[in-house]
Amino acid sequence: MFGPLIVKPVKSKGDKTGSWRVQLRPKYLQKNCIACKMCLLVCPEACIKGEEKNKFTADYDYCKGCGLCALACPKQDIVMVEEEAQQEKK
Amino acid sequence: MEDRILFKPGHTACAGCGQAIAARLVIEAAGPNTIVANNTGCLEVFSTWYPKSSWGVPWIHSLFENAAAVASGIEAALIYLGKKDKINVIAQAGDGGTADIGLQALSGMWERGADVLSVCYDNEAYENTGIQRSGLTPYGASTTTSPPGAKSFGNIRPKKPMPEIALAHGIPYVAVASIGFIQDLQRKVKKAFTIKGPKYIQIHVPCPLGWRHQTNETLIVARLAVQTGLYPLIEYENGALISQRKITPKPVEEYLKIQGRFKHLLNNPEEIKKIQEIADNNIRKYNLKVETQQNSTA
Amino acid sequence: MKEFLEGSRAVAEAVKLCKPGVISAYPITPQTHIVEELAQMVANGQLPAQFVNVESEHSAASVVLGAVATGVRAFTATSSQGLLYMGEVIFNIAGLRLPLVLTCANRSISAPINIWNDLQDSISLRDAGWIQLYAENLQESVDFHLMGYRIGEDKSIMLPVMVCMDGFILTHGMEPVDIPEQEKVDKFLPAYKPLYKLDPAEPLSMGLLADPDYYTETRFAIQETLKDVLNFLPKVCLEFKSVFGRDYKDGLVEEYQTKDAEKLIVAMGSVCGTIKEVVDELRKKGKKVGLLKIISYRPFPYARVYEALKNVAKVAVLDKAVSLGAYAPLATEIKAAFFGKKKAPKIISGFVAGLGGRDITLDSIKEIFRKLTQKEVLQEFIDLKPELLQEEYGG
Repeated sequence: MFGPLIVKPVKSKGDKTGSWRVQLRPKYLQKNCIACKMCLLVCPEACIKGEEKNKFTADYDYCKGCGLCALACPKQDIVMVEEEAQQEKK
Repeated sequence: MEDRILFKPGHTACAGCGQAIAARLVIEAAGPNTIVANNTGCLEVFSTWYPKSSWGVPWIHSLFENAAAVASGIEAALIYLGKKDKINVIAQAGDGGTADIGLQALSGMWERGADVLSVCYDNEAYENTGIQRSGLTPYGASTTTSPPGAKSFGNIRPKKPMPEIALAHGIPYVAVASIGFIQDLQRKVKKAFTIKGPKYIQIHVPCPLGWRHQTNETLIVARLAVQTGLYPLIEYENGALISQRKITPKPVEEYLKIQGRFKHLLNNPEEIKKIQEIADNNIRKYNLKVETQQNSTA
Repeated sequence: MKEFLEGSRAVAEAVKLCKPGVISAYPITPQTHIVEELAQMVANGQLPAQFVNVESEHSAASVVLGAVATGVRAFTATSSQGLLYMGEVIFNIAGLRLPLVLTCANRSISAPINIWNDLQDSISLRDAGWIQLYAENLQESVDFHLMGYRIGEDKSIMLPVMVCMDGFILTHGMEPVDIPEQEKVDKFLPAYKPLYKLDPAEPLSMGLLADPDYYTETRFAIQETLKDVLNFLPKVCLEFKSVFGRDYKDGLVEEYQTKDAEKLIVAMGSVCGTIKEVVDELRKKGKKVGLLKIISYRPFPYARVYEALKNVAKVAVLDKAVSLGAYAPLATEIKAAFFGKKKAPKIISGFVAGLGGRDITLDSIKEIFRKLTQKEVLQEFIDLKPELLQEEYGG
């Protein structure tokens, strides 16, 4: 008999840590983005996706709102905005 | 091997955690053909909580101090199976799991010459158990077991010189990195895996909770540590210094004042002077100062 | 093939036959010869294993943990302080459900430091979830290593096995031993096929944090599995008998002249050899005495003990270890087997002997039989030297 033992990553679904955000969320203006990928590199959650210019976005299911991407963006194309009302959050 | 996410979101690290950034960068640089042995600590706890795991590579956690020994066993098994050449092995730990409780196993592994990369995520305290002082806590830092008070200015000892201890073992590659300098970090990890034998990379990872700074300041804090000379980014191959990140030194006060853990020192020029001496010694020792008047690239 | 060998050498030969891929150990008397023999075999090319010299027992156990986790059969050996030092790894290996064979060359525990034999070391880790088999002689020491891998690696079990053999008495004693042929061992013990392993082709995470919602079931599962071992060991012994010809019956206990015994000693390890001699001598004089040897201390064979002893009037339990502050470990288990049962021995007396390597002689055993009277003895130390004791410390 075996109890809880091993986890296969394919089957593992992380916590929806987006629920941790209480104040701010990153807003991707998608205007001056040069696809440098700094936001993607610095995100502790690895929840930023994108390849082409002006096509980057955060996965708000996981984003904790730390603000690192906004500070890292060399074109100030990410701004931290007030977390909107409860129903906006997925 | 199909395109695989090696470090998934959904882990329970604090917002802005430096170690989460570093762990992902390390494993992405190492690639999917990697087996990781992880000591107990922040990274282990926040990345694997049954039934969830962030790791897209084979990963094992045993105890607090034995990742290096477990990694030695993994390496021995891979050699026996004839598979070691194709598979990277990482033994990773926090500063406590590397320099304190984990030092014995690490020293043994280095002495045996195992082909394993040891990574130290240096957030300068036992952050996971609540910000207690470790052997890598810097001079003057406030932690819960080295708090400032009427009779104390915080931690009274300097950091244990882990890179020098690694060099003393004669291992072929020793490097210090920081998440303030991401490309440099990834380069060093990739470089390490081209070298056979034990390699050690120490990564400075600010901890917003323990160091008491804003969640979006993690990279700024990391860069200031380097730019003041307090955390020299040095690289050794076969005992010889092959690179150091040159800086136009900033006064240590700029680094100290942005963090709550040094707040108690700000009215104390004597103590700040001592910390400045540590930085100045590093600058001298590793020849960190930029020769010309250009600004160092941040 | 029958050879006259030192115990350590016999064990090394047995381990070699099991073809481990990784061997890692740290020297401690009296285990040293086992590991030295294996090192020589590797150096001579007779055993193609990775031999990892480590800087402590904690690391030795961690190395073999890592090796088994990567899907390769591994071996280590230790004693006493070493076993305690690797104590947290011992619990870790069982909790991670990794099969392994570890030879414990039983030795007493410091302080005071003492390098001679008693069973305190392995018994002190009885709660860890390992299968513990106690050998009486060198043949059993050899055979239990072969059986250890077979049992532990079975997909229904996946638990580590500690083969306990008395330090010096068995490790450094010499006896004629049958070392089986490789072909027979290969028939009995197939290659290790792990249920789970660290492999980039199929990534998985081992050793996760399990909060209160998940921890209990891991322990329950090991407990149930150890109960299964009580049924599985006899099957393995049957397989063993068909390949090697030696019969360990159920592998849980050995009954020696127990059928009509009126007085009987329960014991573990090499002392059983001494007890058998006394039983034979007393039987010739018409005394109805017997021995129940416990082979499998974990899982503890309560049902088997009950069956063997329920009709015996007086039972003495000989413990070569103490649980300081309480009744001795084996005595406690034997009593637990009978509580609430209608049939039980009238007397179950507990005796402690042999601590720190003090010889248990034929006379000591006879004394135990003599002390098995109408009055139950809760705990008595045999061969105690009262002249060494002082009520108040006088220097």
